[in-house]
Amino acid sequence: MTEIRFTIDGQPCVAQPGQTIVEAAKANGVWIPVLCNYEGLKPVGSCRICTVRVAGRYMAACTQPVTEGMAVENTAADLEDMRRSLIEMLFVEGNHFCPACEKSGNCELQALAYRYQILVPRFPYLWPAKTLDARSPRLMLERNRCIQCLRCVRGVRAKDGRKIFAAVERGPRVAIEIDAKLAEGLSDAEARRAMDICPVGAIIRKEVGFAVPIGRRKFDHEPIGSDAAKGIGR
Amino acid sequence: MAKLKDIVHRHPRDAAALLGVLRDVQAGFGHVPDEAVGRIAAHLKLSEAEVRGAVSFYHFFSLTPRGASTVYLNDSITSRMKGRTAVAKAFEEEAGCRFGEVSGDGKVGLFPTSCIGMNDQEPSAIVDGVVFAGLTPDKARAIVRGLREGRSAASQVTALGDGANQSELVRAMVVNNIRRRGPVLFGAHEPGAALRKAAGLSPEQVIDEVKRAGLLGRGGAGFPTGLKWEFCRREKAAEHYVVCNADEGEPGTFKDRVILTELPKLLFEGMAVAGYAVGAKLGVLYLRSEYAYLRAHLEDALAGMRQDGLLGRGVAGRAGFDFDIVIKSGAGAYICGEESALLESAEGKRGEPRDRPPFPVSNGYRNLPTTVNNVETLATAARILAEGAAWFKGMGTAQSAGTKLLSVSGDCSRPGVYEVEYGLTLDQLLELAGGAGAKAVQVGGPSGTMVAPDGFGRKICFSDLATGGSVIVFGPERDIFEIVENFMDFFVEESCGWCVPCRAGNVLLKKKFEKVRRGLGTEADLRDLETWGKLVKATSRCGLGQTSPNPILTTMKSFPDLYAAKVRKGEAFVPEFDLDAAIRDGCAAAGREPECKEHLYD
Repeated sequence: MTEIRFTIDGQPCVAQPGQTIVEAAKANGVWIPVLCNYEGLKPVGSCRICTVRVAGRYMAACTQPVTEGMAVENTAADLEDMRRSLIEMLFVEGNHFCPACEKSGNCELQALAYRYQILVPRFPYLWPAKTLDARSPRLMLERNRCIQCLRCVRGVRAKDGRKIFAAVERGPRVAIEIDAKLAEGLSDAEARRAMDICPVGAIIRKEVGFAVPIGRRKFDHEPIGSDAAKGIGR
Repeated sequence: MAKLKDIVHRHPRDAAALLGVLRDVQAGFGHVPDEAVGRIAAHLKLSEAEVRGAVSFYHFFSLTPRGASTVYLNDSITSRMKGRTAVAKAFEEEAGCRFGEVSGDGKVGLFPTSCIGMNDQEPSAIVDGVVFAGLTPDKARAIVRGLREGRSAASQVTALGDGANQSELVRAMVVNNIRRRGPVLFGAHEPGAALRKAAGLSPEQVIDEVKRAGLLGRGGAGFPTGLKWEFCRREKAAEHYVVCNADEGEPGTFKDRVILTELPKLLFEGMAVAGYAVGAKLGVLYLRSEYAYLRAHLEDALAGMRQDGLLGRGVAGRAGFDFDIVIKSGAGAYICGEESALLESAEGKRGEPRDRPPFPVSNGYRNLPTTVNNVETLATAARILAEGAAWFKGMGTAQSAGTKLLSVSGDCSRPGVYEVEYGLTLDQLLELAGGAGAKAVQVGGPSGTMVAPDGFGRKICFSDLATGGSVIVFGPERDIFEIVENFMDFFVEESCGWCVPCRAGNVLLKKKFEKVRRGLGTEADLRDLETWGKLVKATSRCGLGQTSPNPILTTMKSFPDLYAAKVRKGEAFVPEFDLDAAIRDGCAAAGREPECKEHLYD
């Protein structure tokens, strides 16, 4: 297979055929911020935080395959401001109270906000009324914190392949629903995976928590994206 | 509940049957009850959460009862201009419930809905699948009374419209309002002429003919049709498909309604021509739910064509040219007019757009190569085959060949469809439609452009004002801000919610716009509107979010003085929160006045 040559912010890079911009960037030690993207799951381009610009056109780097000679803009000031805006939108369209959240320090949304130095969002808070679903024996679905990244929808399935999480409603009312019957069959390990797959604190295991104190968690040590820049992956 | 079991088990045990099952259950029970969710999930091997996901995505499905009879009253701006408010009030008074509710006796449910394709005869509503156009408060009351007395919606249709609306299979009060018949769509066409011509050519020659004609997609995007067919044909796969997008949901467009009513065989001929060109044996007509009243009529046209050897095996007498068409129904979602969302919906799922690439020409219906074309595009392609590329190219402009079917509505004396050559100016169109003196014209629906009088010399064509066909005329008395707000409400309601900028950004844009409209805006707010609008356009995943800020952005450009007059100059910041109003509300709630009449900050 022939390698594809392309550039990110003018820096020469190589990609394998079929790689997306995000994958290829990572292989070249370049960090492109992602949130809905998760290794091993089909990318869906829902958060748009990986938006890059190619020949004046905006595209989600997680779904766009690299093509020969592509010149990707990744860190232009206006692009970074767009990403910051999208992160801020997620904060105002949900109800995120970091200090009281079990995911604090391991939360990718929080980590991105720190990395983008967000103090106050430019948008007004929408304070939506959201519900919490605690019917499942092992998991809580805390919709106040959900960012509709669809990772759980893609990555958590029952043994017969049916989806345990699914999107319901549409537009601003869109929400994730947990299938209470199927969730009963989840093992402890599967519940842990569901919580790990969730980038925020929307899927929380019951009866366990705070095993690692806040302050000593993943993003308390170094900012999100640090590992990609070292070329070692997330 | 034997009935429920029967309904569900009529359908194959295939997830693709989901929307079909839901439609039958919704029709049978007035909603999709919990028990049905469980049974459907078990039958189709889906999770209950997935079934609820599909039900709650589509406007015409519901997990809660919608009444023994259900009224869906169009909420488009044109409907409002033509008296919707009074009609809605009459419905509410007679039914004894508000919109969004079901009457106490469970007999009537009232719900608003996005444009139902009757903008030339508003206010209009769909009652139990039956279209009621040109409503008045008296008619609204009579409908509800009739329903309560046990008279079906269908039996309350007395005066029928014109043309095929009068046929036994349609029996609709809808009128066609064909105001101008052009040579392409309304020219004399000998049934089967396009197919006989195609059958004498190779598929490559058919594609070449369409390419030479310069046919560009009529849905609005303007992609070259011949090229799309060529891309699709080139893909190596077991099967190819032709999908006709009959989901015209852009508020103000209704021209496909007229084609489906009066020219269904021409459309189906175009689909078969496309099938021959790309090597497909099956075509799918994705029909918007609002046009379900035409379904029997369309099935009848298909049956007639099979009888005449124009569909089925050996089409037009050519051995090996096998092509047939099935109809699939939508269930109320504007986003399904976006081609990849349409494909998802046709496969029985939530109508959420796909990521592209890959494009439908390689990974379309059932993940196989598919050409998705607009109703008008396919009907036009049939005419091009029959009359030749040169004939077609002789009309329109250099880059925009042929004619366009426009749906004109709003403040004009002759609303309806007009087949006009590309290159027509808005002034000329207003003259034809009786809309002289307009304050503004919305071209291309809410996702298009709002044009002020200084732009009425602009031309309808792909290089200037491209449009899928919606043209709404606004008279001198209309409030531009009210129109924009209606359009933004529409986009917020119809966003699928998949991506952040469209899901949250449109809500934030609308809030900011409302602040300006309420007179609480500053010049900084106008700058925000522009920046945020550009952000949503640039980062959204599909055409909906990439165009949804247009009502704000294009009116800011066309009517800068209106916006300038609305904001408070020189003030750096005005809060959105209105303290005086909040205190008034508080007083009303508490039932007493504060001793100090000035509010606390003064």
